[in-house]
Amino acid sequence: MSVLVNKNSKIIVQGFTGSEGSFHAQQMIEYGTSVVGGVTPGKGGMSHLDRPVFNTVAQAVGDTGADVSIIFVPPAFAADAIMEAADAGIGVIVCITEGIPTKDMMMAKKYISDKNCRLIGPNCPGIITAEECKVGIMPGFIFKKGTVGIVSKSGTLTYEAVDQLTRAGLGQTTAIGIGGDPIIGTTTKEAVELLMNDPETEAIVMIGEIGGSMEAEAAYYVQNSGIKKPVVGFIAGQTAPKGRRMGHAGAIIGGADDTAEAKMRIMRECGIHVAESPAVIGETMLIALGKK
Amino acid sequence: MNIHEYQGKSILKKYGVRIQEGIVADTPDKAVEVARNLSEQTGTKWYVVKSQIHAGGRGKGKVVGGEQRGVALAKSVEDVRTISKNLLGKVLVTHQTGEEGKQVNKVLIAEDVYYPGPTEPKEFYLSILLDRAKNCNVIMASTEGGMDIEDVAENTPEKITKEWIDPSVGLQGFQARKVAFSLGLEGEAFKEMVKFISALYRAYNESDASMFEINPVLKTSDNKILAVDAKVNLDDNALFRHPELAEMRDISEEDPLEVEAGANNLNYVKLDGNVGCMVNGAGLAMATMDIIKLSGGEPANFLDVGGGANAKTVEAGFRIILKDPNVKAILINIFGGIVRCDRVAAGVVEAYKAIGEIPVPIIVRLQGTNAEEGARIINESGLKVYSAIEFKEAAERVEEVLAAMEA
Repeated sequence: MSVLVNKNSKIIVQGFTGSEGSFHAQQMIEYGTSVVGGVTPGKGGMSHLDRPVFNTVAQAVGDTGADVSIIFVPPAFAADAIMEAADAGIGVIVCITEGIPTKDMMMAKKYISDKNCRLIGPNCPGIITAEECKVGIMPGFIFKKGTVGIVSKSGTLTYEAVDQLTRAGLGQTTAIGIGGDPIIGTTTKEAVELLMNDPETEAIVMIGEIGGSMEAEAAYYVQNSGIKKPVVGFIAGQTAPKGRRMGHAGAIIGGADDTAEAKMRIMRECGIHVAESPAVIGETMLIALGKK
Repeated sequence: MNIHEYQGKSILKKYGVRIQEGIVADTPDKAVEVARNLSEQTGTKWYVVKSQIHAGGRGKGKVVGGEQRGVALAKSVEDVRTISKNLLGKVLVTHQTGEEGKQVNKVLIAEDVYYPGPTEPKEFYLSILLDRAKNCNVIMASTEGGMDIEDVAENTPEKITKEWIDPSVGLQGFQARKVAFSLGLEGEAFKEMVKFISALYRAYNESDASMFEINPVLKTSDNKILAVDAKVNLDDNALFRHPELAEMRDISEEDPLEVEAGANNLNYVKLDGNVGCMVNGAGLAMATMDIIKLSGGEPANFLDVGGGANAKTVEAGFRIILKDPNVKAILINIFGGIVRCDRVAAGVVEAYKAIGEIPVPIIVRLQGTNAEEGARIINESGLKVYSAIEFKEAAERVEEVLAAMEA
């Protein structure tokens, strides 16, 4: 099972021939991901990394039967790329691009709302189903097949959590990097819900940060879902000052409910095992699973 | 990006939003000159002298070492001179600036809009901003003009009207009318408010703003609606398509270290603590700040070196962190994915040698791709650097270093 992507997923890369797209497509292929082609407008008909290049996503889908797309196009054109993928019938759209104008994302999010697709990101590390399929930029070697699902807003902090899990002997099903922008396709709650409903996933790690209310929404879902899977949570930014943006466009404390403290309190109240320190995420999962 | 009131008002005016007119000045002489010009243009007899700093609460704020408020009424051009003299070059402290305050480099000389007339003037609150939970913009309006909206939301939430805007069709006429009616307006003032709201939304949308706060919006005694203040925040990610707005950036309002970091493609935020840090990735950087605190220190900064950590970026990072005299130790935390730890380690050694003597202990934690090789390079460099592989070890090293300093 696992969620969103697996060994049968057929992936195309939008922005395939650019430097980022080329590098990460190569890495994905080396991980064993089935990359069936790519899209670069104007370069259709060429071959790149031994795979066909198409002018449009619709052509790529028609020729290859692709059902997943990963987007590496520059910020000014990324929202357009998301809408093109949705229009072509792609089911899972992963947008890595950082720095998309908020107005563009607002329109793209609205545009795809009645299409049959799920957007992950933007400004995210992507998704990976351990030892099957990598649709993202994460270092594949730290992942090990297992039963823990991960949802996170951040890239390197996800790697940190995964590394701690792997060292603790806990493998992973799917890790979903939802992204750190103010407007993103899939929320923390929606990603947690996917993992809750996945029979292979037995426990969930949920990593958030200051800003917005998505972690609280996910925590209330965990409390009310009726599904009993241990959830470990961590919120980055306990020491972040109010009103300053911490790297991610969305990581800014606006009101009292945006703080790490408030989010951790809500998570605790909802029965989530909260890791107080980012160094004990793996350990906290062992305790949650009754293995320590 | 934040901009000054006078710049925000210039955007509003361009889109047909009526504003309290004014001209900016940077010396008392210039202030007097523009005050005279303003009288010719608008017929105003009195003036409002307004400090231009990137912080609110100016009217209640005071200059350091004086009694002058940040916004003051001048009843003559000589008053304009005196008040401008009291403000320009001085440091203004408001409830939003913190104790250190902000230096006033410019004053806005604005017309008096509270003149007597057939009706009573009345102040309102209007803002447009992103509602993250609903993925669209929201207009907020309140009859409580001039008050902090946070206080109104807390004490009298029923006095706030919200209208969410569908991004695919934009603000509709009925929505602008709903907001104007909710403010209790009628007749000419109502019509003027509808026009004001529609023009304001257009200005917000077309300039790719992330926040407009107009507090107060004034209904004048002769039923005009105008913006007396303008707090404007622009979406940094969209500045590439607005070069004329990007030019409004005032780096004198920013921390010099943050400006220097930006020039080196580093994402740095200065904080008040004693342990500096350098990390790849924003989430891990925040988590590293947290672990510094849990280890008994206080983070001196947020610093994300991004995906391309190399000798050059590490050196720039070191130089910026070391300019902060409060820094007593530095923690470097890199999780190598695409970026290889051995390269980062070589970069640290190279940067260390380029700088010469680094006077504070350094803890380097490298994990991920080629982590062991990285640790070996650090350990064999002969430099006074503590290395760690697991996050927990890094926290312990910080604790040890801080304990040794206290002893």
